[in-house]
Amino acid sequence: MLKATWKRLPLSTNFAIAQAVKDSDVDVVSAYPITPQTTVVERISEFIANGELKAEMIHVESEHSAMSAAIGASALGARAFTATASQGLELMHELLHIASGLRLPIVMSVAARALSAPISIWGDYTDVMNVRDTSWITLIASTAQEAYDSVIQAYRIAEDPRVFLPVIVAYDGYAMSHTYEPVYVSEKSDAFKDYIPKNPQWYTLNPEKPLTMGSMASPEWYYEFKYQQVVAMKNAFGVVKEADEEYGKRYERKYGIIEEEGVDGSDVTFVTYGGIYGTLKESIEELRKKGEQIGLARIRLFRPFPSEIVADLAEKTKALVVLDRAITFGVNISGPVAREIISSLYARGIERNVYSFIIGVGQRTVTEKDIAAIYGKVKEMLGSHERQKESIYWGVRE
Amino acid sequence: MQERYEIRWHGRGGQGAVTAGVLVAEAAILDGKYAQAYPEFGAERRGAPVKAYTKVSEKPIYSRSPIINPDVVVVLDPSINKSIYLDGLKEGGMVIINTSKSNEEVKSLIGRSDVKIAVVDATHIALDVLKSAIVNTAMVGALVKVLPLATLDSLEKALHETFNKKIADLNYQIVKASYEKVKTIN
Amino acid sequence: MTQEKLLGWKELPRGGSILKPGNSESRYTGDWRTFKPVILQDKCTRCLRCWIVCPEPAIYVIDEPYTTKSGRQFKFSVEVNYDYCKGCGMCVEECEPKAIDWIEEEK
Repeated sequence: MLKATWKRLPLSTNFAIAQAVKDSDVDVVSAYPITPQTTVVERISEFIANGELKAEMIHVESEHSAMSAAIGASALGARAFTATASQGLELMHELLHIASGLRLPIVMSVAARALSAPISIWGDYTDVMNVRDTSWITLIASTAQEAYDSVIQAYRIAEDPRVFLPVIVAYDGYAMSHTYEPVYVSEKSDAFKDYIPKNPQWYTLNPEKPLTMGSMASPEWYYEFKYQQVVAMKNAFGVVKEADEEYGKRYERKYGIIEEEGVDGSDVTFVTYGGIYGTLKESIEELRKKGEQIGLARIRLFRPFPSEIVADLAEKTKALVVLDRAITFGVNISGPVAREIISSLYARGIERNVYSFIIGVGQRTVTEKDIAAIYGKVKEMLGSHERQKESIYWGVRE
Repeated sequence: MQERYEIRWHGRGGQGAVTAGVLVAEAAILDGKYAQAYPEFGAERRGAPVKAYTKVSEKPIYSRSPIINPDVVVVLDPSINKSIYLDGLKEGGMVIINTSKSNEEVKSLIGRSDVKIAVVDATHIALDVLKSAIVNTAMVGALVKVLPLATLDSLEKALHETFNKKIADLNYQIVKASYEKVKTIN
Repeated sequence: MTQEKLLGWKELPRGGSILKPGNSESRYTGDWRTFKPVILQDKCTRCLRCWIVCPEPAIYVIDEPYTTKSGRQFKFSVEVNYDYCKGCGMCVEECEPKAIDWIEEEK
């Protein structure tokens, strides 16, 4: 088994992603620049230009074409990568369904960003949540290190014959994409070649063995193909776990499906995703010093959603507070992850108060003070046995 | 030395405040410390006041919340209004400022008796070496002298990672010059 | 056509891919027509424009020499395969010498 030796580098998450693309020995990269993703692809083109990565870089005129090219490349059996954010992800939207419908193991990084209008180039998770129904496996990283490791894991997951679905690796636009922090990256680029061997098992276009892709499915056929995706998503859950554990065995870093800390026996557990978890962690440490029994958890795998693990988590605590960085409009509980959690508890018949808070929309600042104040508000509601009827839009000005 | 230092950089677009913040973090990380550096997430326009942030710590840094109460503010451009750079500066914190004014003038400008003040004429150091008033690396040299957050060796490495050899060498010359010339005045 | 048993999700190839090439032969589209093209062998110049534009393709080049009434000799003939011609009329529209008649089907 090839073990990696590591070098510790100061990298932004964007650069960590680019490094992971190089270390995954990707064959084709097609992308269109968009803030805050652009430096991912800039760095990859440097790797290609200086010979560190042997790959084809396809410069396209839009994200729609970027995904189209990735689909074409993957359909030929190439290991394909693209990166985007926000409006770019939206422009790709119809192709996202095609990539997953054709069962092509493309990996894409998304520097999560708000959507226009009004124009915001800043971070939140509206873009990622908007594509939750496209049948892409979705991992959300909370550090540059995890983003690096997750891209490599993503190819193992996507290319697994039980899955054959594309994977998004998402992370905070700006708050992570542009923040430098220490990251261990492999000293050698071939450290992962046994972990993600190149052996395309998915259907590929090959004149020696002709087949038709993208045919029409009439009403008596279409449903079965969608059900195949339902099953692949279910399978993905186990495969994500295996890929992470195997990575842990080989490379001594693993993350699990949900990261949790101090949940057992806590009065309240905070649940969130992405980079804000770090801020939450330090805030909760301060609150614990004052004797508060608070747990915290981070959803690392958003699709397939880990309903069972969430239900297990809920059983260990008395109430859940979910911090969402996106709004699903027109419903009372408007935090996308809060809604998933509530339905997970319902399915298992678990009665817990779930408090949904909307924070950090369009990169509205969230500090330790906000977390402490949210905790105060939750304690108040718990004291009055109040069930939450509507998400709380934290910090919005009247 | 405390466990974690939080530094806020104040410059104008084009002076390299963001790069300065990143260089210190890079060097600290190469020294084996933990660090985080990020720009103010706003529009970057030449001439507009720019903020950048650096956290350096002996232990892992998890929080990504912006620095509201910095331990140190580094002022690349003395014409920036002091209400901007002194905002939230910790009691007993430090101001490192690029200036050619006299110590007394600087003291009365800042007007806070609790903060330590260090001065360096970064503009002239940069002009001497680069023939250009890009003062960021001079301020980096001043910072690491006053507060040993990163070694000069690691800074040299970080400079070579960021720039081509010629520019990196010139900037390292600036770092060392400023490291020698910076003075604490109270 | 006999009613075939439809395959379930486990048996179907992933993602609607079709693994057997050339399967359009088993799709008879000849009964879609209202009008049918009929090639007039004496007027036809064998330019094969119809062969190019036919989307099926249902224009067949037959290895059969033909001599027109005016004495012009061709080494091959051109015919329509009515099992597959769905009556789109593109060949009629494109035929330069107007050598394809467009005749209503008797149903």
